Amino acid sequence: MSDVVEKTLTALPSLLSLDSHSGATKLSSTSKLGNLIRGITELTSKHEEEKLVQRELVSIKEQVSSPNTSMRQMKELMVRAIYCEMLGYETSFSYIHAIKLAQQGTALEKRVGYLAVSLFLNESHELLLLLVNTVLKDLQSTNLIEVCMALTVVGQMFPKDMIPAILPLVEEKLNHPKEIIRRKAVLALYKFYLIAPNQVQHIHNKFRKALCDKDPGVMAASLHIYLQMIQDNPEGYKDLTASFVTILKQVVGGKLPMDFNYHSVPAPWLQIQLLRILSFLGKNDQSSSEIIYEVLDESLRRAEINHNITYAILYECVKCIYTIHPKSELLEKAAKCIGNFVLSPKMNLKYLGLKALTYVVQQDPKLALQHQMTIIECLDHPDLIIKRETLELLFRITNAQNVTVIVEKMLEFLRVNKDDYTTIDLVGKVAELAEKYAPDNEWFIETMSTVFSVGGDVMQPDIPNSFLKLLSEGFDSVEEDRKLRLFAVDSYVSLLQGEPGKLPQRFLQVISWVLGEYSYLSEELEAATVLRLLAKLLDMKSTSSETKSWVLVAMTKLCEGGAGVSVAQEVCETYSSSLDTVLRQRAQELQHLSQDCELRARVLPRDAGLEPLEVDSSLSFLDGFVSEALAAGAAPYKPPHQRQEELAQSKALSLEPYGLSLPISMSSCSIADRQSPTLLSVSSGLSGDSPDLSHKGGSTTLKLDGVKRVWGREGYLSQREPVEESAHVEVPSPLRSPSQQGEAESSHSQTPATTPTPQPEQEKQQLASSLFVGLGSHSSVCLMGKSEPTTQRFRRKAKGPVSPSAASEQISNSLVSTPSTANDLLCNNLLDSSVTSELSVSSPEQTSQLSQGPAAANGTCDVELTDGDVKESSPSLVGGNSVVAADPAPHEDPDRPEGLCLNTHLPAELSGLCHSEITPLCSNQSLDLSACHVQKEDSLALVVFIYNSSDSDIQQILLELDSDELEVSCVCDSAVQGARSHSVAVCQYSLTVKRPSVHVEVVGMVSYQFPVGTPQSVQFSYKLPLTGFIRPLTVSTEEYGTMWLDFSHDTKQKLTLISDGQEPLADTLNVLKKKLQLHVVEIIGMEGIVACRLLRDQPCLMHCRLHAGTLSVWLRSPVPDLPDCLMYHCQRALQEH
Amino acid sequence: MIKAILIFNNHGKPRLSKFYEHYSEDTEQQIIRETFHLVSKRDENVCNFLEGGMLIGGSDYRLIYRHYATLYFVFCVDSSESELGILDLIQVFVETLDKCFENVCELDLIFHVDKVHNILAEMVMGGMVLETNMNEIITQVDSQNKMEKSEAGIAGAPARAVSAVKNMNLPEMPRNINIGDISIKVPNLSSFK
Repeated sequence: MSDVVEKTLTALPSLLSLDSHSGATKLSSTSKLGNLIRGITELTSKHEEEKLVQRELVSIKEQVSSPNTSMRQMKELMVRAIYCEMLGYETSFSYIHAIKLAQQGTALEKRVGYLAVSLFLNESHELLLLLVNTVLKDLQSTNLIEVCMALTVVGQMFPKDMIPAILPLVEEKLNHPKEIIRRKAVLALYKFYLIAPNQVQHIHNKFRKALCDKDPGVMAASLHIYLQMIQDNPEGYKDLTASFVTILKQVVGGKLPMDFNYHSVPAPWLQIQLLRILSFLGKNDQSSSEIIYEVLDESLRRAEINHNITYAILYECVKCIYTIHPKSELLEKAAKCIGNFVLSPKMNLKYLGLKALTYVVQQDPKLALQHQMTIIECLDHPDLIIKRETLELLFRITNAQNVTVIVEKMLEFLRVNKDDYTTIDLVGKVAELAEKYAPDNEWFIETMSTVFSVGGDVMQPDIPNSFLKLLSEGFDSVEEDRKLRLFAVDSYVSLLQGEPGKLPQRFLQVISWVLGEYSYLSEELEAATVLRLLAKLLDMKSTSSETKSWVLVAMTKLCEGGAGVSVAQEVCETYSSSLDTVLRQRAQELQHLSQDCELRARVLPRDAGLEPLEVDSSLSFLDGFVSEALAAGAAPYKPPHQRQEELAQSKALSLEPYGLSLPISMSSCSIADRQSPTLLSVSSGLSGDSPDLSHKGGSTTLKLDGVKRVWGREGYLSQREPVEESAHVEVPSPLRSPSQQGEAESSHSQTPATTPTPQPEQEKQQLASSLFVGLGSHSSVCLMGKSEPTTQRFRRKAKGPVSPSAASEQISNSLVSTPSTANDLLCNNLLDSSVTSELSVSSPEQTSQLSQGPAAANGTCDVELTDGDVKESSPSLVGGNSVVAADPAPHEDPDRPEGLCLNTHLPAELSGLCHSEITPLCSNQSLDLSACHVQKEDSLALVVFIYNSSDSDIQQILLELDSDELEVSCVCDSAVQGARSHSVAVCQYSLTVKRPSVHVEVVGMVSYQFPVGTPQSVQFSYKLPLTGFIRPLTVSTEEYGTMWLDFSHDTKQKLTLISDGQEPLADTLNVLKKKLQLHVVEIIGMEGIVACRLLRDQPCLMHCRLHAGTLSVWLRSPVPDLPDCLMYHCQRALQEH
Repeated sequence: MIKAILIFNNHGKPRLSKFYEHYSEDTEQQIIRETFHLVSKRDENVCNFLEGGMLIGGSDYRLIYRHYATLYFVFCVDSSESELGILDLIQVFVETLDKCFENVCELDLIFHVDKVHNILAEMVMGGMVLETNMNEIITQVDSQNKMEKSEAGIAGAPARAVSAVKNMNLPEMPRNINIGDISIKVPNLSSFK
């Protein structure tokens, strides 16, 4: 085929001059378009072309606006305008004429008109409204071609607001006798679904009819819609799984007409589409997956013909197999397929094979091992795209042992790469790997230096930020910190002594911060030397003013001693008259602080980057100033919302044309409401908690706690997600186990082939062994979480106070307490029990790390309760012990007392109230701990069940509970002393919230003693959502209005609306009321006000307003963090609905 | 979804550009330039996929291209399209052009931009693949061309005659769908009625 094209395609100018060629004879030599093109082709410079086209445009403009131009000529003019537009010249004057042509022309001209419109305009273009009538008319035309044209233009673009006008007509076309019309109508409806899903909700049944259409083409078109809808909501279409499977079976079985074959493959594109749909349906769903297995197997079997398109089907099958619930037989076949792809000499297949490997490598690292030599070859592949894909694959299998080799390869690639996009992506990955697996200080600092100089100014700003944060926060050992910082200082000083002009700005900023903060660590380095180096940076032309201000801040930290001050003075003189105000301010600061050592020590204390800054948000130090000003007659300060309110009241004229017609009693509240969505958006910024602290010592600008490092690709590894995520949470496993390392090493030493090989081969194999180290026989376990039990060098410090139980280092007998992470569990499989004692010691520390907030939800196997788990005392049967807690499915254990019987142990006074499921906390040979919480009206009761599963009685049970967020008080009469053999002891605690957090956690320890033997202890943690502490707050609308203005902490967000019913607002609020126990105060038109309290008496108010199909929610409370936490739960509640 | 379809020659001159998502005029030109820049650098013996144009979208987007003699055919797609599937779709497109123009060449694309667009519209509608069967596409395009010819031929005829032609329906295009028992059946769907 390509030969045919090639044959006829020759150089353009020669053709035009000859004018005898078949291609050229097709057009009239006098055609104006022909002239234009000929003219353009003959030109040699862009400038001449511009002149010619401008001339042409003037002539077109003249003609289109002339009344004498016939529609036929107009058509010709439009084609010329299209041509000019394609070359990048604006022809907006012709848009209106294109619409006119579509409106008035005959079929032939209309088609050009529609084409011009669809090329010129976009969905939001105002002229498009003029087309609506034409489309309406054409949809009703008896001429099928006109109907087709109208549907095509609708499928390309249509003004969203006008959809209702043509929707019935398009719907009607679904029943049209011609299949092509039905097909286009289906796609037009899909377009509507994409731009305005709400408007086509009522025709979902018709989509189903299209799916059952007797014409396979229409059915295929409807798959576009289903693919989208199933991707959005797989749960809603599970019933169709069997139907899709049947369709695919028939297609694969060749039941379609021969017409649909492409290179004797039956309807390949249809197959691909169906396979995608099935993989969405089978994801995380064993029962659906089971229906799919057979047809997948058949597809794999049938796709044997050696054509490009069969590979497309195979690839889709492989992806599907790895997405749905795994089946070993199919996985085996899929692995073989991937092997064929990777080994294929065809580049396209190699690329896809590598992609597939990248997806599956975390599930099946052995597959990567099998193909290690091919991967090595791909690393040196001339095709950059394949090379990059290989690096992506290596990134996924990086561990502490191969990190240096892999990072080296990545940096090598980065040095030659010129594409910004790739650079940004790879630089981020290198930084991530370096931070996670760095083997030593030197390597880390050097790698990061390369990252900064290669990544330059295109890299994500969070890379330097988190690097600086890491340096300033430090790690566990002070000595290590010092060494790392010292090394950084030394290497940066030598960089500055070299050619700093070549370094990117971001890197210079990092350097100046580090030098400013830590150069005192170096004994032989004099501050004046550093100052001089920094001053040199200021003099360079290429230094940006942002960098200069970093440099000046660094100098401010360093200026001491005679020589230093004189350098500083010099700099000040230059910059204190700078035009840049920021620079000028920094220079002033430098000047003052360099002269006043004492003040400097107070303002910029050494090594205090991590000290939390005490911010006086009430600005009390200004009190004197304020009272002076007041005495001098200044107006007292009013908070912004009060000012707004007064402003609104003082306005004689209502500025809102359609003000709410509320009864007068509600006026105060309605004012608050009216302010809410727009006017007061500033107030949240001003509410006092977030004064701008930037530039203060640098470190405060670097708090990036919320920055997630997630690189996982959605979809592929979902069933592994719980485990995989645990790798993202930076939970270190604090043991370095020699046995584990030895194991890994021995497995890698076996990898190279035993036969002697030629030199280059050997090199490759060496590389292979260094790259794939750690992927040995046991590695599948290691790899799942990418966190084998070696130390992670740069582990973040646990910020919260370590719970007292950790310090006491009680060795509990081979018991893994619940909050141990997946890592630990994995180790537990590999290592003997001697290590487990260490594990349990480590866990409380982790617990305190995890209790930091919502991040804790990632992949840890804490007992975590969702919001929906409070059941009306229904019997709960969930057992399961902590050791298998990594398994997402709750599992029953026959040895445990079942929840059913624990229920009967609930204290009598609580038995009538709602309680959560009874959740197992932890267990060992002698004790089983479970707990649940009960919602009482003014408190939350935590009930802990201690079941003695041993054969002897236990004495002196002592239960200690502690929590960062909660106040725990023991309900006195419930203290337990002992538990008889095989019986249950119950303790009851009352909880209230000290500090709101999305989830709150109680950490506890039970110590007990058998009549004979030593005291023993068990640790556990219990986590529950904040919603358990929320109670309705009954207030009137007036009270609500006054309270609203008093509260200073607020947050705003748009939430999804539940729009199934007639009244979306009321429905949504009812859901919130039911799930979160809120009190709906009143619903006024499009707005609703809701109130609740956090135990005991901390109110939180919520204002909701319907806005463009979403719910704008504004929460206010006197308690910091409460609005944010509640917003989170509202969001969850609505999502789960 | 297909985001854009671009055809340009070896010198980067655009021969056809169709965007299924809205970009400003300048961005469109920039995308064409950047795409040309990326694609033209590639050797002949490398894979036909490219990732990471900055303009047309981040990691989710890919360029899938084929190079025929003097022309590059580039499809910009998101992750919901199959790479190899699109690669063959380009082949179908080019073969269709070849049939319609009887040995297509670059000149055909230049002088019959509108026809090329019409052919494309039968294959891809609003970014979704509508038809992949070459014969079916040609039938559709031909029936429209026939219409045009007859319309042009009777341009001077009385209005009634013209409207008679205009209202003439498309020729029946049998697709052998319902021959005997082989029509596709979708079981378990009785509840939809």
